[in-house]
Amino acid sequence: MKVTIDQDKCCGAGTCVLVAPDVFDQRDDDGIVILLNERPPAELHPVVREAADVCPGAAIFVSEDA
Amino acid sequence: MSTPDHVLVAGASAAGLATVEALRRKGYEGRVTVLGAEPHLPYDRPPLSKQILSGSWEPERAQLRPPAALSALNAEFVLGDPATGLDVSSRTVRTASGRVLSADALVVATGLRPRTLPDQAGLAGVHVLRTLDDALALRADLLSCTRLVVVGDGVLGAEIAATARGMGVNVTLAGPQPAPLACQLGQPAAGLLADLHTEHGVELRLGAAVSGLTERHGHVTGVRLETGDVLPADVVVVAFGAAPATDWLAGSGLDLDNGLVCDSRCRAAEGVYAVGDVARWHHETLGRSLRLENRTNATEQAIAVAGNILGDDRPYTPIPYFWTDQFDAKIHVHGMPSPDAEVSIAEGSVAERRFVAVYRHNGRATGVLGWNMPKQARQHRQELTATSLLAGSA
Repeated sequence: MKVTIDQDKCCGAGTCVLVAPDVFDQRDDDGIVILLNERPPAELHPVVREAADVCPGAAIFVSEDA
Repeated sequence: MSTPDHVLVAGASAAGLATVEALRRKGYEGRVTVLGAEPHLPYDRPPLSKQILSGSWEPERAQLRPPAALSALNAEFVLGDPATGLDVSSRTVRTASGRVLSADALVVATGLRPRTLPDQAGLAGVHVLRTLDDALALRADLLSCTRLVVVGDGVLGAEIAATARGMGVNVTLAGPQPAPLACQLGQPAAGLLADLHTEHGVELRLGAAVSGLTERHGHVTGVRLETGDVLPADVVVVAFGAAPATDWLAGSGLDLDNGLVCDSRCRAAEGVYAVGDVARWHHETLGRSLRLENRTNATEQAIAVAGNILGDDRPYTPIPYFWTDQFDAKIHVHGMPSPDAEVSIAEGSVAERRFVAVYRHNGRATGVLGWNMPKQARQHRQELTATSLLAGSA
């Protein structure tokens, strides 16, 4: 799995951090998403997929075959 | 209920799409059909009043998923064909083009329709903003606009005013509240919003309801207030609320009361569910019905409903959340703030326009507002629980 983010689409909700705190964080100054691990381990795949689906800015993309 | 063979989702926006994604993520392999009233592939609405209206994004950028991700869902998208009627017992939906679609489970995700003024139909220069096409039509008019009047001092009206002002348009914002969002956010946030708009050159004409429009030769010329004053305009946006799009369900036997009424599982009848702006469901912890018009609810409720379709049998008890971007302010609101709460500043400072405000009733946190502090607001959200929200709801 490879995760990519689009910071321009991020609204700073932090939903991804609530769902997958080991993979996502937010910048302190403006709340924009930070990707901590673009190739998360298999046990985190379910929460990463959920974070991508719940992101209210549609700013997280998951590529399964990369 | 056993796992359905066919799930039909009426509505192809954020809530409808999220329902399909959650079903697939949870392992559902049956047939899925998505019925959309608009001709477009699923797109996101929050950017319409901001990046799409300003032109900083091309319309394609508002699409919720790239085509490959939609294909991977293995769902049939039937677009440009609104639902027009429902037989509840057989979960059969009729459409405008004459299609008849039956399913074992139906998810109603038809969203909202903007409220309009009685005299606005057919009048040139008057707009609403709900769809992508609405946003593009408004943008086209704003590019040659002399004076825009925005009717509506809620989130949508205030965002449109800010975006239009950023495009260099002369803007008047009209509405009945003392400040934008005053009934939702109270002080100090609403007062600060009023300052922000004034500083950027938006003319605020607040505290008086709008009673109608003035026109000449079929083109709008102004907005009339209940005081009798007329605000001149060559473009008007009516953004003073929206009603759940449930007219197609009239006569179906389903309970319609400012939304499709559902139980705590977001179920309106056997095999019929509702998600997003259209759904009025029983919030078990708050002990009352709730309908939320915000982006995150569309997704979270969709996940809950997908689970319940597959047999989870769990209540949906979210902590509400929305955000709004206006000029340089990014405002994030968790929980249920209200003007009668005690408000304290938990971090930052109002003077520096970077703070987190906590709203309390009887000492219990009912809301958290971040002003240019999204991360810190999300951290203070921990103070909110469905139970603490009860303190403001009594």
